[in-house]
Amino acid sequence: MSLAKNDTVLQESTVEYDTQLSGSSAVLEAFLAEGVDTIFGYPGGAIMPIYDALYDYQDKLQHILVRHEQGGIHAAQGYARTSGKVGVVFATSGPGATNLVTGLADAMIDSTPLVCITGQVFSHLLGTDAFQETDVINITTPVTKWNYQVTDANEIPEVLAKAFYIAESGRPGPVLIDITKNAQLQKFDYKRYTKCKHIRSYRPKPIVRKEYVEAAAQLINEAKKPFVLFGQGIILGKAENEFKTFIEKGGLPAACTLLGLSALPTEHPLHVGMLGMHGNYGPNVLTNECDVLIAIGMRFDDRVTGLLSKYAKQAKIVHLDIDPSEINKNVKADVGVWGDCKDTLPLLTSLINENVHTAWIQKFYDYRQQEIDAVITNELHPKGDKMTMGEVIHQLNELTHGNAIVVTDVGQHQMVTCRYAKFNDTKSNITSGGLGTMGFALPAAIGAKFGALHRTVVAVIGDGGFQMTLQELGTIMQNDIDVKILILNNQFLGMVRQWQELFHERRYSFTDIKSPDYIMLAKSYGIAAQKVEARENLVAALATMLQHKGSFLLEVMVGRENNVFPMVPQGCSVSEIRLR
Amino acid sequence: MKAEYTITVYTENHIGLLNRIAIMFSRRKINIESLNTSPSEVNGIHRFTIVVNETEEVVRKIVSQIEKQVEVLKAFYNTDNEIVWQELALYKVPTDEIAEKVKVERLLREYGARAVVIRKDYTIFEATGHREETEKLLEVLAPYGLIEFVRSARVAILKASSGFHDKLMELEMEANIESI
Ligand SMILES: Cc1ncc(C[n+]2csc(CCOP(=O)(O)OP(=O)(O)O)c2C)c(N)n1
Repeated sequence: MSLAKNDTVLQESTVEYDTQLSGSSAVLEAFLAEGVDTIFGYPGGAIMPIYDALYDYQDKLQHILVRHEQGGIHAAQGYARTSGKVGVVFATSGPGATNLVTGLADAMIDSTPLVCITGQVFSHLLGTDAFQETDVINITTPVTKWNYQVTDANEIPEVLAKAFYIAESGRPGPVLIDITKNAQLQKFDYKRYTKCKHIRSYRPKPIVRKEYVEAAAQLINEAKKPFVLFGQGIILGKAENEFKTFIEKGGLPAACTLLGLSALPTEHPLHVGMLGMHGNYGPNVLTNECDVLIAIGMRFDDRVTGLLSKYAKQAKIVHLDIDPSEINKNVKADVGVWGDCKDTLPLLTSLINENVHTAWIQKFYDYRQQEIDAVITNELHPKGDKMTMGEVIHQLNELTHGNAIVVTDVGQHQMVTCRYAKFNDTKSNITSGGLGTMGFALPAAIGAKFGALHRTVVAVIGDGGFQMTLQELGTIMQNDIDVKILILNNQFLGMVRQWQELFHERRYSFTDIKSPDYIMLAKSYGIAAQKVEARENLVAALATMLQHKGSFLLEVMVGRENNVFPMVPQGCSVSEIRLR
Repeated sequence: MKAEYTITVYTENHIGLLNRIAIMFSRRKINIESLNTSPSEVNGIHRFTIVVNETEEVVRKIVSQIEKQVEVLKAFYNTDNEIVWQELALYKVPTDEIAEKVKVERLLREYGARAVVIRKDYTIFEATGHREETEKLLEVLAPYGLIEFVRSARVAILKASSGFHDKLMELEMEANIESI
């Protein structure tokens, strides 16, 4: 089977070749044409021809040798999310490819554009249980936006062009291209690389229907208590300015999802906080009080909605999304506006009235005050002698002024960091949202740094998650990557322990976790490190970490049994959020 | 309320697409009652016909997930009264039994069946129709020592449809239309 020749409209490219090229070189030529500068990868038998070709491209393409393919793909995710470009990964067949699966699933659910190239056994060996043969295409089908196996080098330019186009257009996602070894080695007549601009069976952007934009505007104009929920769609659509203009014109209070965080500066007066299980008090409670709920580039994840049958039942719902299948999936929309928010938001803004909703916004501030009194003050300025995660993040804010990229792992420290970290700029909050992948942060921070070389990158990680992918310290060492690693050590798998405390009568079943000596560990990788056990040393240590030239690991010992609040217990409505 | 829905999917003819579509059902624990792939009225474009017994809500959501797949051109669903549909069944019975005990002529006429192979040892009948019709004939033949039975997936055509030629033209044109 070959790719149908008539289903792709090709755009003329400037590079013209009329030479014999190997499939492997064609892959690298495609990367150059697509503006790739960094590849995260790990070699092996079935991808050796590509690595051999890469040897001659080292001045044009930077390859970062990771320590595990999962690290490679998380790094590519971090890169994609801070740069806004496609992340690129190399892995070999068999175990190399299967090690990508977690990252693919993560990128799929968090809509991260990736192109992963896996080597595959010779095509005549397919299906023979050859050494390191795995059915990568079928394993990865549910966790890729698109995947394809190449067995003939002639297909490579067109397939790669499609891969990049599919990964980054519409709702982005991961693409995997599996290339058999014979296709990598095969010489073929290389004509030119033409970027893909259209695939007839694929509509990345639905056509915007004016009447729905008008209906949405009418609801917003009539609303007394409008409330905007924004997700990563704003960032992926590069529509931060359009979004800000929209809420400012309408005087609309707005709360973000976990992945929407940093799309609007956290200090913006209309930014009323974060949604979700550990989000802010006001946004959760007032979801069930607003009269028009305007959801933009978010997908009503169950961690955002809580019990669906008691979610915003009183409100008219307006839902803007680029993915039509998201509209009416979890929450029924009164008005669904299909389209790229970069296009739909300006249309909507032009149709809404200038407004202020002072009394309504005051309600959010009042709830915020209640949350400050009941939770935040104790968390950021604790009276006890044990340090809290919140105070560490608070001190970090003071030092970075909200200008750093903050990468988090998964657990209590993630929720606390996302609750309290200050963000001035977009693409600054990198976390594993939909999949909740422990082990994400360290490799993602590596990629995040390559995606934004001029910015400070701080990875906040739990003692559990750090031990899942700490082998990537080797990558940091070998490439002198300037990432700041902040381990918040509570000597527990904290988030699970919290649930055990609250919902399983404190039966701490296998959540007590021991750590190695992280300082010695870091030193063995040549990474500067420090451990803080007492509050009086915290600020100085954070400052040392931030001022240090190069990577730095800071371990902060925090209270063992602190809980993250507020919390919407599973199965409860958002308005049943608990402050303690 | 659950009902029978027929899902039609127009796709590119690519390896792996059958799996990509099939796992979307199994992931959601939706049983596929019948699945057929075949060429369509448009050269090079495949047509899936999938039958499920589900609520309309579930069917609507899975169809929009299917339509989202890169190589799917169009997906939609219909109730039974919106389509004309058929299934084909083959029945193998011992020739002597059937010849001896049944008025074969009448049987065939009654069930719209025909004999496609008649040998000394066995006869193969073929019947086309709705599920209940081919099922009936199965019941009638069972007492005579049915040797083998097989039924095809459903194929269906929409009563109100002008086919896919025009739609495809539209999709190919979209390349030249700037979105808004
Ligand atoms: C790969 C993976 N395995 C298991 C889990 C379940 N899980 C979620 S949070 C958590 C505890 C995390 O502990 P730690 O990394 O120490 O962070 P803390 O919650 O203490 O901040 C676990 C085990 C997960 N999210 N990901």
